[in-house]
Amino acid sequence: MKIDIILAGVGGQGILTIAAAIGTAAVNKGLYLKQAEVHGMSQRGGDVQSNLRISDKPIHSDLIAKGGADMILSVEPMESLRYLPFLKKGGYLITSTKPFINIPNYPELEYLMKEIKAMDHHVAIDADQIAKDEVGSARASNIVMLGAASPFLKMEMSELEDALKELFGRKGEEVVEMNIKALRAGRKMAEK
Amino acid sequence: MQKLLLLGDEAIAQGAIDGGMSGCYAYPGTPSTEIMEYVQHSKEAAEKYLHRQWSANEKTATESAIGMSYAGKRAMVCMKHVGVNVAADAFVNAAVTGVNGGLVILAADDPSMHSSQNEQDSRFYGDFSLIPILEPATQQEAYDMAYSAFELSEKLNAPVLLRITTRLAHSRSGVERKTSQPELKGALPKDPRQFILLPSIARENYKKLLEMQPVMENASDESDFNRYEEGIDKKLGIVACGIAYNYVMENYPNGCPYDVVKVSQYPLPRKKIEKLKANCDELLILEEGQPLFERLIRGFFDEGKPIHGRLNGALPRDGELNPELVAHALGIEIEEGKPIPEMLAGRPPALCPGCSHRDVYNALAVALEPYGDGRVFSDIGCYTLGALAPFNAINSCVDMGASITMAIGAADAGLVPAVSMIGDSTFIHSGMTGLLDAVIKDSPIVVIISDNSTTGMTGGQKSHAEGRLFDIVKGLGVPEAHIRAMNPLKKHHETNVQIMKEELEHKGISVIIPQRECIQTAARKNRAKHKAKKK
Ligand SMILES: Cc1ncc(C[n+]2csc(CCOP(=O)(O)OP(=O)(O)O)c2C)c(N)n1
Repeated sequence: MKIDIILAGVGGQGILTIAAAIGTAAVNKGLYLKQAEVHGMSQRGGDVQSNLRISDKPIHSDLIAKGGADMILSVEPMESLRYLPFLKKGGYLITSTKPFINIPNYPELEYLMKEIKAMDHHVAIDADQIAKDEVGSARASNIVMLGAASPFLKMEMSELEDALKELFGRKGEEVVEMNIKALRAGRKMAEK
Repeated sequence: MQKLLLLGDEAIAQGAIDGGMSGCYAYPGTPSTEIMEYVQHSKEAAEKYLHRQWSANEKTATESAIGMSYAGKRAMVCMKHVGVNVAADAFVNAAVTGVNGGLVILAADDPSMHSSQNEQDSRFYGDFSLIPILEPATQQEAYDMAYSAFELSEKLNAPVLLRITTRLAHSRSGVERKTSQPELKGALPKDPRQFILLPSIARENYKKLLEMQPVMENASDESDFNRYEEGIDKKLGIVACGIAYNYVMENYPNGCPYDVVKVSQYPLPRKKIEKLKANCDELLILEEGQPLFERLIRGFFDEGKPIHGRLNGALPRDGELNPELVAHALGIEIEEGKPIPEMLAGRPPALCPGCSHRDVYNALAVALEPYGDGRVFSDIGCYTLGALAPFNAINSCVDMGASITMAIGAADAGLVPAVSMIGDSTFIHSGMTGLLDAVIKDSPIVVIISDNSTTGMTGGQKSHAEGRLFDIVKGLGVPEAHIRAMNPLKKHHETNVQIMKEELEHKGISVIIPQRECIQTAARKNRAKHKAKKK
């Protein structure tokens, strides 16, 4: 078993929480993991990514090679396209369609969507809307995206749910429940 | 034993705690910051009362660590690569004093300049200071090295440079812990004159350091961190330093066909490199950083076997390595995915909405109108983002503290008034001494200490300036009439412009202190308060 994922978004959108959830589930299964993060300057509203690698054999590189990623999982449509050279032929592009516009020259959403839909394997959902509808807060949209990616992660839902319990347990039952709901909602959308 | 999921930085912190460290010293700087932060959050560190407070800058941090070593306890000092420049005087001389308690100097380099002004390679410092260097390839090695480096330092009577780069610092992986070592009890150096670098003593110490060189080389050859791995194909021999080793192995999932020397401890393991040269037709040198050891192995005349690396174009001369670059150097083809669509826009970092630096720049733009562009010397911090649109407000950013001293020089050259823009943490780090220069000459400059009461750029660490700026500035001799406070809020814009105008007209030193807490730090404090209340 081996899966290489590029997580993408804008500083502050919570991609590291997604990474932590998948990572925790992987470690609980006894898998190897490497996860490279971006800290520092770009966290100030810049583009951020994380390379998440999971395998049942020891992993060497902290970085995924170009053409090596099985999945790009993005919480923002333009950011989902920034890492295309890293995506394997036949790899999955999974993204939220809700743009995060903090620059004056943000491209037309329509054009971005055209590119996204041109990918052989893609899942594109409005995670903000789903999070609002299902759990009443867009804050859980990153976990909705985790749910949308879950069918392709080679992991059981229960394993991801356990990971969320572990991660959010300190914040109380309510927060755990909200995130599990968000996870299931994302999953449902992806299966549609 | 228990496996932890740790960043390279965190692995180093945990390794040092378990290795018997009594004090961690540091000034924040990406990608090293998380080491001290981990120690500060560690329960064990708290229970043992380990020293774990930030220092004013990398030099004061290093000197404090040397002091702890003098007193016979184990100390680690952490900094980013450019911090080593600030600490260099202490660093290089600590090699001459030698150590009493083990002394580890951690330098986190940033090739590709993800968050830095340059990509200097700290191994140069270790090399010319003649001390051992450790360069982990994995998070586990980072832990193991931090754990054992104190002992190595004590054995070799030298500080040990532990060198990492961004990728390892900020990448997470499973780490297995070792049994925790007790701290040293503390004892004065056996030779009471060891740390007195009077020329007569320094000459003796330096001779001893030179005599230790073969011992250090031997330690490298025997070190478990260095390995000779036989391959079946002798056409190529690879020297893989630090994390470059991972990129080689990544390209050969079924095992590397060539001989490889994995180097994670320097000086270079001579016997292993000699064996590689004898066994293989050509050599490939992979270094995450500058081609320091490639140059050494190649030699000035480069007359031996063909050597590939950053100096002959097999790899780029700048930037960090990655699996593709190493694949290319190995002659392996990689099939890239689709190209990035052309319409994609860059998303540069920006000042947060609501940040106080924004209000300062907005006022400054108006106040400076009559004088023309090109006179704002900035420093390093979030406010450096004022270089980008829409502000385009600054004209320089060189090194910490340089805003004040460059303004002095420019004013000396006739560029009057000159303005310097510096943050509170940077002012403490290296601005105070420059301000004294300006006071002595009564330089016609306006120093804006944009005080957001935190070290913002690196994630909001406590700033030594808190509540002290006015007194420091006054104490340095700036006349009270020209120390002006202001409240950087939109509603005070007119007043703030007026204050700036007045001080720009003043033909001597002025200091303006706009104070408003960083919104990120304030929000974090609020959340923490909220949490505490809930409990
Ligand atoms: C010698 C050196 N040490 C550390 C750093 C990393 N660094 C960059 S900016 C900064 C802090 C700036 O804090 P402050 O001046 O208060 O400005 P703020 O970011 O809060 O606006 C630090 C520590 C550096 N660039 N150079």
